[in-house]
Amino acid sequence: MKVNVGKKILKANEEYALENRHLLTEQKKLCLNMISSPGSGKTTILIRTINELKDKIKIGVIEGDVQTDLDAERIRATQAPVIQIETKGACHLNAAQVNRALSNLPINNLDLIFIENVGNLVCPSAFELGESGKIAVLSVVEGDDKPAKYPAIFARAKVLLINKLDLLEAGAQVDFDIERVKADTRKLNKGIKIFAISAKTGAGFAGWYDWLEKEVKNLRGR
Amino acid sequence: MHETMVAQNLLATISDEAVKQNAKPLSAKISCGTLNAINDDALCFAFEAIAKGTNCEGIKLEIEHKPIQGQCKNCNERFDVVISHPYCPECNSENFDLLPDAPLMLEEIEFETE
Repeated sequence: MKVNVGKKILKANEEYALENRHLLTEQKKLCLNMISSPGSGKTTILIRTINELKDKIKIGVIEGDVQTDLDAERIRATQAPVIQIETKGACHLNAAQVNRALSNLPINNLDLIFIENVGNLVCPSAFELGESGKIAVLSVVEGDDKPAKYPAIFARAKVLLINKLDLLEAGAQVDFDIERVKADTRKLNKGIKIFAISAKTGAGFAGWYDWLEKEVKNLRGR
Repeated sequence: MHETMVAQNLLATISDEAVKQNAKPLSAKISCGTLNAINDDALCFAFEAIAKGTNCEGIKLEIEHKPIQGQCKNCNERFDVVISHPYCPECNSENFDLLPDAPLMLEEIEFETE
C-alpha cells in the first residue's frame, strides 16, 4: 500500500525559521547569517566591523561553534552583546538554537544581528535560520575554485567577502585569481555584492560598511 | 554530515505516518533540490543507524534529486540549470535568475499490507 505524504522533512526547522523571520521583520532588525570554512576570518571581520561602526549601527552577535566560547570572548571584548551556541558536534546552526539565542539578546537596542555560523562551507547553507540574508566569506588561502566546487552558499549569498587580501598584496605564495572567483560566483548569482577585504589591515571595508548602512537604513525606513 | 539531522527528522515524520496508518513502513520516497547538499550514502547510513529498534528499521530509502531551475532574462525560457555550465539552452544567454531550490520532501511511503 502506497501513501502520498508530501511533507517537508525539515518542517520543524522551517517553523522556527519563520518565527525568527517574523520577529526580526516586525522589529525591523537586519539579521545576517555568515557562512564560510573554518579560519576564513569571520570573527576578525565582525570585530573590526563592530568597532568601526560603533557610532552608526548597534550590533549584536550569535556565535556558533562546535566547542568552546572562544569566539564569544573575542566579541565580548568589543562590548557588543553576544550569545554563544556550542553545537557539541553538529556541523551547522539550526533555527531553534537561533530562536533561543534571539530571546537572550537585547534586540530592542540593536540594529543588526550577525549570526556567525559553524565553520563549514556545505551544511549551514541548507538550514534557513530566518535571517535577512546570507554572507559568504572566502579567504584567499582557500583557493579560487571554491565557488565552482561548493556552489550552494555562493549561489544564495547576498554578499561575498573575499578576505585576507593583505596576503595577496604582500606577494605571499598564494595562487588566487579574484576575477575567477567573481566570475564563477556571478554565473549563479547575478545580484551578489562582492567586496575584497583584509580584516587585518582594514582594506576594502568601506564598500562593506556602505552596504550595511544602506540595508539598515532601508529596513528602518519601511 | 547534516544528513544525521535530516535522518532524525525523516524518522520522526515516517513514524508519525506509520502510527496513523497502523502499518509497517517498507520503503520511502524522498526528493530534494540540488543545493540541499544531500549525499545519498550518508543519509541512508544515518537513517539505518537511528532507525534500529524502531518501527522504521530496515526501510529502503529512494532519493530523487531535482535539478534547480533558472529563468532566462533574455528569452524567458525556464530550464534545468547545469551548475558547472549555467546558461540558457534556448538562446545561450548567461543572464538568468536562479529560481528557489526544491525543498527536502518526504513524498511517499509504502506500507506492508496484511
